[in-house]
Amino acid sequence: MKKYLDSGKKDTRSGFGAGLTQLGQTNPDVVALCADLTGSLKMDEFKANHPERFFQVGIAEANMIGLAAGMTIGGKIPFTGTFANFSTGRVYDQIRQSVAYSHKNVKICASHAGVTLGEDGATHQILEDLGLMKMLPGMTVINTCDFNQTKAATIAIAEHIGPVYLRFGRPKVANFTEEDQHFEIGKAVQLQEGNDVTLVATGHLVWEALQAAEQLHAQGITADVINIHTIKPLDDAAILASVARTGCVVTAEEHNYLGGLGESVSRVLAQNSPYPQEFVATQDTFGESGTPEQLMDKYGLNAAAIVKAALKAIARK
Amino acid sequence: MPDINYLNDLVIQVRRDILRQVHKVNSGHPGGSLGCTEFFVALFQELMVRNEGFDMDGKNEDLFFLSNGHISPVFYSVLARSGYFPVEELNTFRLINSRLQGHPTTHEGLPGVRVASGSLGQGISVAIGAACTKKLNNDNHLVYALCGDGELQEGQNWEAIMYAAGNKVDNLIVTVDYNGQQIDGSLDTVLPMGNLKAKFEAFGWDVLEIEEGNNLEAVINGMKEAKSKSGNGRPICVLMHTVMGNGVDFMMHTHAWHGKAPNDEQLAIGLAQNAETLGDY
Repeated sequence: MKKYLDSGKKDTRSGFGAGLTQLGQTNPDVVALCADLTGSLKMDEFKANHPERFFQVGIAEANMIGLAAGMTIGGKIPFTGTFANFSTGRVYDQIRQSVAYSHKNVKICASHAGVTLGEDGATHQILEDLGLMKMLPGMTVINTCDFNQTKAATIAIAEHIGPVYLRFGRPKVANFTEEDQHFEIGKAVQLQEGNDVTLVATGHLVWEALQAAEQLHAQGITADVINIHTIKPLDDAAILASVARTGCVVTAEEHNYLGGLGESVSRVLAQNSPYPQEFVATQDTFGESGTPEQLMDKYGLNAAAIVKAALKAIARK
Repeated sequence: MPDINYLNDLVIQVRRDILRQVHKVNSGHPGGSLGCTEFFVALFQELMVRNEGFDMDGKNEDLFFLSNGHISPVFYSVLARSGYFPVEELNTFRLINSRLQGHPTTHEGLPGVRVASGSLGQGISVAIGAACTKKLNNDNHLVYALCGDGELQEGQNWEAIMYAAGNKVDNLIVTVDYNGQQIDGSLDTVLPMGNLKAKFEAFGWDVLEIEEGNNLEAVINGMKEAKSKSGNGRPICVLMHTVMGNGVDFMMHTHAWHGKAPNDEQLAIGLAQNAETLGDY
């Protein structure tokens, strides 16, 4: 088994901030907009370095999305920053008409996604955003797993022409992917190779999937672990190649099982070669207040839940 | 300046285009389109600095955004008659596989359209964004937008209006088609808007009124005055008083023709009131 080391816990939102800072230095067309959450989104450094390219829009997310769409006309590459809830559900129609349908080169960058937002509770813990965004024609949807990957993704999406939804989170989590990695949109990353079950994970659940693979290994079960940072376009080929070998799959995400990564994988299997699939995801519920660890445990979003799901999937082969 | 007689002829021809477009497909929005005919002719023929051809970025030229996208018939007619695409293409309005969708869109690549509109309340925000990019690019050209009066009931507008004043977006001229009507009736019966002039002024905008929004020369002069106020630290709002359905007597002074097409007989009456000038498509 490959060993993955946590180089020190960091929040993925800081990866976004670091990526944006780098983009500020390397790409003069990048502009940033924020709806009164500059510190939370780690956009302070970009703001300090490039005040003329930073747009504080206030608590007015609908206007922020419209401004971003308009700013693309004339060649700017706008990065909007607010919480995932206010980046998607609150402004769905603005994204749909002014960004997606109009094919504007806007990067919607969303922090504090999922239950790991923690104590603020369900009003702020969106578990539906991947579904909302992946249904929009032409929208690229990315959910990164750690600081390094988030930084790399932030830099990569500036080079991609078209609307992108980039989802990351609040808590400090293991930072285990390579520093200064090359990030390829739509390309799955194989983290472990195994023969008994495929674990397809995104976001904060990728590290949990690696822990689960170790626990399964101790029971004599080997798992393919695939880091799916891009939910759309999904790397169908990587999933199919793995499942053809293992014969079953567990999907893991910090999102409702309706509309998320799991359903996207089900679609791939149904269209190609059906295999047993288990879903590690929230079960059509809202979140609640608590610490990130407590919530991940209560809502079944951790290594223990993945191990359980893997055993069930294997038994269904 | 193009000859005023030519522009008046163009206004009449555009009215004919509007009626014929909506009649052919028995759908579309003639009322607001007719009310804004003089504005579109003034804007595209007289006021805007426009480059040859069309590219999405629109650098070094003035830009226009239509927020109330349902008045697409007048937009399409004036775009075509200003050289953005063949006038004959007006024949495809609202038909399958057309670039002239019911509401304007960039999706099919129609020259002259820079953002989709139709779901109301989004155009001012987009126009502000484009105006901000013009400033970043040291491009001194202006950004124009048109929105409906009833459309201002959408909250996003007021986010945008607050932003533009607070950030001194003074290369922006937003015209409000102030016809006092919306689908369900007059503004006052649906949702009274209060004093729009005072509202914009309270938000920090320079506000001008064009009392005769269906008088071509009045519109040209009013918009020129608005243009002269640009660059003074404040965004500019033009409250343009128009009559919905203007130029077709039975469509005027009522909300009934907001989104209804004339039948054969009504079309004939409307066209008779606007005799062909520059040639039908």
